[in-house]
Amino acid sequence: MLQINDLHVEVGGSHVLKGVNLQIPENETFILFGPNGSGKTTLLMTIMGFSGYEVTQGSIHFRGQDITHLKTNRRAELGIGLSFQRPPTINGLKTRDMVRLCSEDQDVDVEGLAREVKMEGFLDRDINSGFSGGELKRSELLQLMAQKPRLVLFDEPESGVDLENMALIGKMVRRLLEQDLAPRSDMSMKEQKEHSYSSGLIITHTGYILDYINADRGMVMYDGILCCEARPRDILDHVSVYGYEECVRCME
Amino acid sequence: MHGVKDSQKGPAQEKNREDVDISRFDLQGGSTPSLSDLRDLSEEDRQNLLMAGVDVSEKDRSGTYLHMDYSNVQCSTCREGVEVLDIKQALEQYDGLPEYYWQLVNPDKDKYTREVADNLHGGYFIRTEKGAKVTDPVQSCLFIKGQNVGQNVHNIIVVEEDSELHIITGCAVSQEVNTALHLGISEFYVKKGGKLSFTMIHNWGEGVHVRPRSVGTVEEGGVFLNNYILLKRVESAQLYPSVYLNGRGAIARFNSILATPPGSYVNSGSRVVLNAEETRAEIIARTITTGGTIINPGHIQSNAAETKGHLECKGLILQDGIIHAIPELEGRVSGADLSHEAAVGKVAQEEIEYLMARGMDEDEATSTIVRGFLSVDIPGLPPDLKETIDQTIQESGESMF
Repeated sequence: MLQINDLHVEVGGSHVLKGVNLQIPENETFILFGPNGSGKTTLLMTIMGFSGYEVTQGSIHFRGQDITHLKTNRRAELGIGLSFQRPPTINGLKTRDMVRLCSEDQDVDVEGLAREVKMEGFLDRDINSGFSGGELKRSELLQLMAQKPRLVLFDEPESGVDLENMALIGKMVRRLLEQDLAPRSDMSMKEQKEHSYSSGLIITHTGYILDYINADRGMVMYDGILCCEARPRDILDHVSVYGYEECVRCME
Repeated sequence: MHGVKDSQKGPAQEKNREDVDISRFDLQGGSTPSLSDLRDLSEEDRQNLLMAGVDVSEKDRSGTYLHMDYSNVQCSTCREGVEVLDIKQALEQYDGLPEYYWQLVNPDKDKYTREVADNLHGGYFIRTEKGAKVTDPVQSCLFIKGQNVGQNVHNIIVVEEDSELHIITGCAVSQEVNTALHLGISEFYVKKGGKLSFTMIHNWGEGVHVRPRSVGTVEEGGVFLNNYILLKRVESAQLYPSVYLNGRGAIARFNSILATPPGSYVNSGSRVVLNAEETRAEIIARTITTGGTIINPGHIQSNAAETKGHLECKGLILQDGIIHAIPELEGRVSGADLSHEAAVGKVAQEEIEYLMARGMDEDEATSTIVRGFLSVDIPGLPPDLKETIDQTIQESGESMF
């Protein structure tokens, strides 16, 4: 689904990503670890195609198409969706209208989706205006649920979120990744699994999100390079004991 | 050096645009034949009125006043509790309205007020009955149809004790007019416990100069909401409505939504004077330039304890033009609590990209943000009036890009 080859990115003149290689197949959820400033957010921003993230070398392919220089909105149309860590407030734009704008479906059930993330009381408020940490996350999830991306990019789903919200957010991320399968009369769970294609790329510091989703693979980003591929749980356990210093030795 | 030269050139040019030579306009025209019905207007003229918020069907309106060029053509009320008269008739009927006529605006304030005092063409007198809640708005329209017309109007609005009144005033010119002058005096009296919302939508044109002069007073517990919307091209507009909150607990709220396309020159501000304890004022302005000039002063003066005032001017420069925000706070006693928030700049790239990440292209994203910027929540308006305002902004917003 996502194929990144030898990606080099400059931000404000400094070389942040120094040759990233990453492949995320359909139906896989990939976890990205790494210390602050290592380039994790830069990678997500570059995949989404934001200004200020200049690709100087390498390529990004999504579903077979080279998107390295595609505009952000075209990438969204192809099926990439990002949950922002610090989304901006847009004055005068109601959450309700924002959710509707995210969906291709004119008749999207905004109220119904909002109830699922306990955001129904926010629909007539300006998007992100005065929202708490947990509310911002739920608002981002609400928009993504309307957008229905094939690849979900998540920048720290647990930051600024209390434990009670974490369970709800975890459950909704799982839903977005189409992992919350339940027996249905019309389709077996095996068939359902075959009909879902959603992949995820998730940045986490604390690993709380791992309690709620099936994370297939993980890697550590260190100084602009990906290293130490392992099971996400193992990486988390290792880092929590030894820190990221071990990565330096690993890369030498 | 280039910059210095430009900045020297700027103010002199601006000053020229503030001053209008009244003698250039035809101020002594005859009277316009009376229309029995707004629907008798031509389709084009009706469209222009519609864009100024005037509903020609008069559905859901408590009354209508239409003034064309030099005289009143229609004046009617269709609800209990509110009186709508032509100002000349009111002056005759009520012995010159000594309590209200020129009691707040000084006729010698400037040459424009002098001209209206010397040579009155018309205007409206709207008064509620004590305790009457008139929820459907009264609509008034000042329309210029003739070329080079100088229109002198004087409006008086009296909201009697514990009554409620909503007025929507639309101002427009006919399509064939390319030069005209509108001079408008307005005096507002909101008595004890009264509530007035006054919404003015201007839809002037190229070559039209506008000089409104407005002052209001609000007594104890009264509320005055003033909304001003100017999104279309105007040669020059200069206005600075002032409201005096003279009774305990009185409230004034000003909302201005201004846009200047290339060639427009607008100097529009608002002023609230807090003269009594526990009075509150809010002045909010949203300005956009796509090439024209906006001067946007705001002034809150507090002369009493336990008063609160907030001023907000936000401007977006979409294409090279001038936005000059001048927020002024003047506290004169301890216990005054005044604040302001001002910002002039461009549409934030971060906001554009946020919307692009949801699938919108750059132009859609920008216009969505601009429409949001212009859609100020105005509490206390009847839903119908709110809809009219939103629609005017939507339609103008679409033609702006």
